[in-house]
Amino acid sequence: MTKPPSGARPPRVLVAKPGLDGHDKGAKVVVQALRDAGMEVIYSGLHASPEAVVKAAIEEDVDVVGLSVLSGAHLPICRRVCDGLRGTGKAVVLGGVVPQGDEAELRAMGVEAVFRMGAPFEEIAEWIRHRTGKSSPSPASK
Amino acid sequence: MDPSQDRKVVAESGFEIKPVYTAADAAGLDPGRPGEFPFTRGIHPQMYRKQPWTMRQYAGFGTPAQTNERFRSLIAHGQNALNVAFDLPTQLGLDSDDPRAEGEVGRVGMAVDTLDDMERAFEGIPLGKVSTALTINAPALVMLAMHLAAAEKQGVPATEVRGTLQNDILKEFIGRGAWIYPAGPSVRLVADSIEYCAKSAPKYNAVSVCGYHLRESGATPAEEMALAFEIARAYLDSAIARGVTVDDVAGKITFNLNVFGNLWEQVAKFRAGRKRWASIVRDEYRAKEPKSAQLRMLAGGGGGGLTIEEPENNIVRGAYYALAAALGGAQTMALCCYDEAYSIPTEKASLLSLRTMQILAEEVGLCDTADPLGGSYFVEALTAEMEKKIVAAEKEVRALGGVVKAIEDGTIQRKLARQAYESEKRLRSGETPKVGVNRHAVAGAPAPKVETHPYDSASADRKIGDLRALRARRSSDAVRASLDAVRRAAAGTANLVPPILEAVKARATVGEICGTLKDVFGEFREPRF
Repeated sequence: MTKPPSGARPPRVLVAKPGLDGHDKGAKVVVQALRDAGMEVIYSGLHASPEAVVKAAIEEDVDVVGLSVLSGAHLPICRRVCDGLRGTGKAVVLGGVVPQGDEAELRAMGVEAVFRMGAPFEEIAEWIRHRTGKSSPSPASK
Repeated sequence: MDPSQDRKVVAESGFEIKPVYTAADAAGLDPGRPGEFPFTRGIHPQMYRKQPWTMRQYAGFGTPAQTNERFRSLIAHGQNALNVAFDLPTQLGLDSDDPRAEGEVGRVGMAVDTLDDMERAFEGIPLGKVSTALTINAPALVMLAMHLAAAEKQGVPATEVRGTLQNDILKEFIGRGAWIYPAGPSVRLVADSIEYCAKSAPKYNAVSVCGYHLRESGATPAEEMALAFEIARAYLDSAIARGVTVDDVAGKITFNLNVFGNLWEQVAKFRAGRKRWASIVRDEYRAKEPKSAQLRMLAGGGGGGLTIEEPENNIVRGAYYALAAALGGAQTMALCCYDEAYSIPTEKASLLSLRTMQILAEEVGLCDTADPLGGSYFVEALTAEMEKKIVAAEKEVRALGGVVKAIEDGTIQRKLARQAYESEKRLRSGETPKVGVNRHAVAGAPAPKVETHPYDSASADRKIGDLRALRARRSSDAVRASLDAVRRAAAGTANLVPPILEAVKARATVGEICGTLKDVFGEFREPRF
């Protein structure tokens, strides 16, 4: 995986487990993949309230908030996080068990991308680089 | 991959598999007879010939009434035991109307707030006959109490209730994440339940130690067993410290183990695991009863092996996992369903898993003879290799200062997370084959259409309404007094099951009882990652 050009600040990402779901393998896999891609990644730990995620995102000055929800409660959780971060310029993305049918509603509330199980690490990293403009995007991974 | 090429085959647990095994590989490896120490070939002399494995699909959603309907459907289709799924608020000791429960009530399991719910869930299901597993951990004592109280209402005394509590809190700190209290008081709760069941509910298994979730979190099959054994020792030690003997309590502990990956490695894991546990209990703990040294297990077809791509392939995978579990001598089986990468299973998916196990048990001869692979040069050699790996992995955990310390400081979590990442990378690179994912996948195939279990938010609203109505009609004095008794017992050393039993009968809620314990015990602080 490529590191961003020296001198540029790499993207800062908060990977968060909001709500009650305790399945954190996927979130921790993504934390490691993004760290290997040269990003600064903070992990929230389990059982974070949506409001605590918003607060951490602002205090830690991250560019992107990656939410991981596998329980199915992503709609109310994402709504609260997106509302809290509206106007801050921070991107909210979602990973986990997310039905196709929920995507339009998620977009409408401000979730900018959904990465499901098996999404290539490079696709996630590339999306973040592109969105933050924090380093030149490398060639498309497909 | 050129099949003619001479390639090295290395099992996930780290030993090499040879192209051919001969008598020389199995020399000196007589596994003995099934039903005899060290039980390598199974814990019963005739195994499934006498009684096939118990089938126990994990089920529960929405309200207790909705779950009761699913239970009855499974039983009508021939399932002979239950495995209750609770929703996340219940698992974390929160009431359905707690603000933190928003969107989660009844979503991944049944919502339980009070004894009324447990009574409703088991309406028409005889709790002295249908053995019932409760997949509950941090609030396990509350659910044990509700289960026993619901049985009592049916006229079934505690001595006759057939149940299994999952109640393995240490694994929740590693994977699954439904923890509340710090490790110390959490283990004390487990010891309370073991002691209580040993004395008052002899047909109740107080703990089901879960290698399953450790494996899902990144452990190799050998590490899965080793960590489960180290965790089981922590519970045994803590119960024995109460002054009961190992023979009083070893039989209260069962195991919940995972099946995915290489079939032979899983079979060897189960056989070697039985042998190892037998030797731990007899030789280290000095158990006198042969029964104490028997490793009884549920083998679960593991979600970790299933894919979101081409989900119907998971039906086939589940059948092979069930085969491995049967060849490994499991007492109880459950399978993750084909649609679980999309949602909790539909009724159709759940029944398909049940049918998978039934076909295996009744149509193709898996129950004809005990341990059909016994004596195979390959399987016996693999079993011996696996035992060595398990023992080595146990030593590794001890070198970290013991399992509780290594969980509290996050060493185990970090190690497994690293391994999970490495295994994800092997999957994505194609080094680990997955059909329909990195083998024979069709580029540009449309996203699969999967019928999924619908979430019914109206049932969550009904649940909250019922809870509020109950709060209004119960005696708040009785609730307060019962919670005070729980608080006093928690602050001291008395067994917590009796006061919790009184509290649930007074219709104290899960949130009130767990909140009272949290006031005394505090909360677990997750190590940094």
